Amino acid sequence: MNVLLDKKILDSQLTDWYFTNRDQLMAASNSVFNSFRPEAMECFRKMGIPDKSNENYKYTDVREVFLTPFNRYIEPRKILFSVEDLFRCDIPELDTELVLLVNGWFYENRPRLEVLPNGIIIGSMAEAARQYPHILEAHYSRYADFRKDALVALNTGFAQDGTFIYIPKGVGQDRTIQVVNILLSPEDLFVQHRNLVVIEDNAMARVVVCDHSLSAHHFLTNSVTEIFVGQNARLDYTKLQNEHNSSNQLSSSFVHQEKDSHAIFNTITLHGGMIRNNVYTRLNGPGAENHTLGLFLADRNQHVDSYTYVDHAAPGCTSRQNFKGILDEKATGAFTGRILVRPDAQKTLAYQANNNILLTSEARMNTKPQLEIYADDVKCSHGATVGQLDENAMFYLQTRGIAKREARLLLMGAFGHEILKQVPVEPLRDRLNDLVDKRLKGELSRCNSCPLQCQETC
Amino acid sequence: MLEIRNLKASIDGKEILKGINLTVNAGEVHAIMGPNGSGKSTLAAVLAGREVFEVTGGEVTYCGQDLLSMAPEIRAREGIFLGFQYPVEIPGVSMVNFMRTAVNEKRKYLGQPEMGAADFLKLMRDRKALVDLDTSLANRSVNEGFSGGEKKRNEIFQMAMLEPKLAILDETDSGLDIDALKTVANGVNRLKNKENAVIVITHYQRLLDYIVPDFVHVLFDGRIVRSGDKRLAFELEEKGYDWIREAN
Repeated sequence: MNVLLDKKILDSQLTDWYFTNRDQLMAASNSVFNSFRPEAMECFRKMGIPDKSNENYKYTDVREVFLTPFNRYIEPRKILFSVEDLFRCDIPELDTELVLLVNGWFYENRPRLEVLPNGIIIGSMAEAARQYPHILEAHYSRYADFRKDALVALNTGFAQDGTFIYIPKGVGQDRTIQVVNILLSPEDLFVQHRNLVVIEDNAMARVVVCDHSLSAHHFLTNSVTEIFVGQNARLDYTKLQNEHNSSNQLSSSFVHQEKDSHAIFNTITLHGGMIRNNVYTRLNGPGAENHTLGLFLADRNQHVDSYTYVDHAAPGCTSRQNFKGILDEKATGAFTGRILVRPDAQKTLAYQANNNILLTSEARMNTKPQLEIYADDVKCSHGATVGQLDENAMFYLQTRGIAKREARLLLMGAFGHEILKQVPVEPLRDRLNDLVDKRLKGELSRCNSCPLQCQETC
Repeated sequence: MLEIRNLKASIDGKEILKGINLTVNAGEVHAIMGPNGSGKSTLAAVLAGREVFEVTGGEVTYCGQDLLSMAPEIRAREGIFLGFQYPVEIPGVSMVNFMRTAVNEKRKYLGQPEMGAADFLKLMRDRKALVDLDTSLANRSVNEGFSGGEKKRNEIFQMAMLEPKLAILDETDSGLDIDALKTVANGVNRLKNKENAVIVITHYQRLLDYIVPDFVHVLFDGRIVRSGDKRLAFELEEKGYDWIREAN
């Protein structure tokens, strides 16, 4: 189905699309998904895709990216390609459980749902809803509130497939789970995948997500990922965004943490068109610790907007946010970091830092902290900078024989390093450092660039 | 080696150097002394190529070439080294990465092959020992969290790595206790030979007990107002800078 959307009637067109396909959607999906659809679409109809008058979307015209006449499917198209031809993992020593999504649908390079020997379950969301409805009933749509964000509502209205990861109680994981989201299509495409990661008490998950576009079409992704981190459980999540500049991405992640849990959520953005990343964190049990990090490198007309919302709902929790951006040419960016400390969340520690480098006078960055603190015994701090490379450091490097260009690269690499050094998997960290260096040198083409080292196809 | 003729430089329209003349030959140690604000650090910065200073007159010839037309990094690769009064902290750039880049950029420029990892690490070890620089410092980011003394020793360490023909040490003695001062001076002395030269910029005579100069120059109000041998330094120490002020 290919419809030209009009900005004025965008919302009703998307709502109509739902009603036209509702029966087919319902018939194809499990009741867990279906039970939320009507209310989600009702919320969507009321809110509509946000424009800049929405305080949370002040710096990004999300409606604009919907206007391409995308094809939208409510069942997967057959996209034939050979995984072996496309991929060769070149992270040395990184032996991963690989899950592929192609255009938002689980790709059957492995069983649709697999139970590993230690009880870990990995595979397709649609299949998980069929085989393990009780897990989905307990977690699906519990953390991503569609009443508050139209993009989440739209995703919930149409959700059918995505990645499902389940780590049972007390299970640690020997292999990193690597999710690769591939966009590959002979036509412009709108994609909405829905993902769920459940880490039960005392368990641990290490997840790497790579987003790639492998054909030169316009893409729009509106994805939602819910992550439950149980008591004393641990999450290490690294998201690498590396799509071409006609690929726009709206990504909403919800991290729900129970007592004494620990989570690192790190988003590295190398390439893409318009990117909006929402990361919501709820610290729901005492003693939980969260690190939400981000690094983006933008040039040309790219736009990268990061929005974070950390909800301190329990006492004695710690949150540290650290976001950095390097903007070249005419790139624009935004950071909005919201921290909510609820009245009984005493002994909260909440930190937020946003530092940015503008390499040209045309690049623009907006940064906005929003702190709402209702408890009195807390430590909260925030700081933001937008500046240029340090001239004194540049000169110091030059006096040691390092040319200006090389000196700039060293300083930019060093700037990004603070975020990258928190990637917990060493081979991946090395690889990311290398990718960021290449990206800064302008040597990174849009396709042959992921940890999987895709062969050139576009 | 270095021939400075009537060098004038200004910043934001204010003239700091008002006609400097100085000749430095291979094998020589020159000390430049003078009161605060006389232009000592400006002279060092101009020779190293700092762009905020505008050269408004004169010329500088270095090894037969026009120094002022060279970019700072070319000057460095040609063998000029500036030891900073205030070494810059560069978080995120490791000392190893920094020095490897610097050494190899110079080698590339001179048409030499890049230094292999093993040879490079051996060189690092040797030169660290020269200035008593702690091994753990070399694994940290450039100057980040270094004490004042460590920063100065790190400057001499870098000098030892890069083996300059002409080293300009800008108040390397400031902020050092006597032990650190000896270590730094000892490093400089061991690097000294007949082929290279050193310009030591200092406020006090103290350093010159350890790095013995062949020539001492007094800089005052942007000009060299007196030159002599090391006895001039003692005279200055005795009479103070007022002696110079009154004479000019």
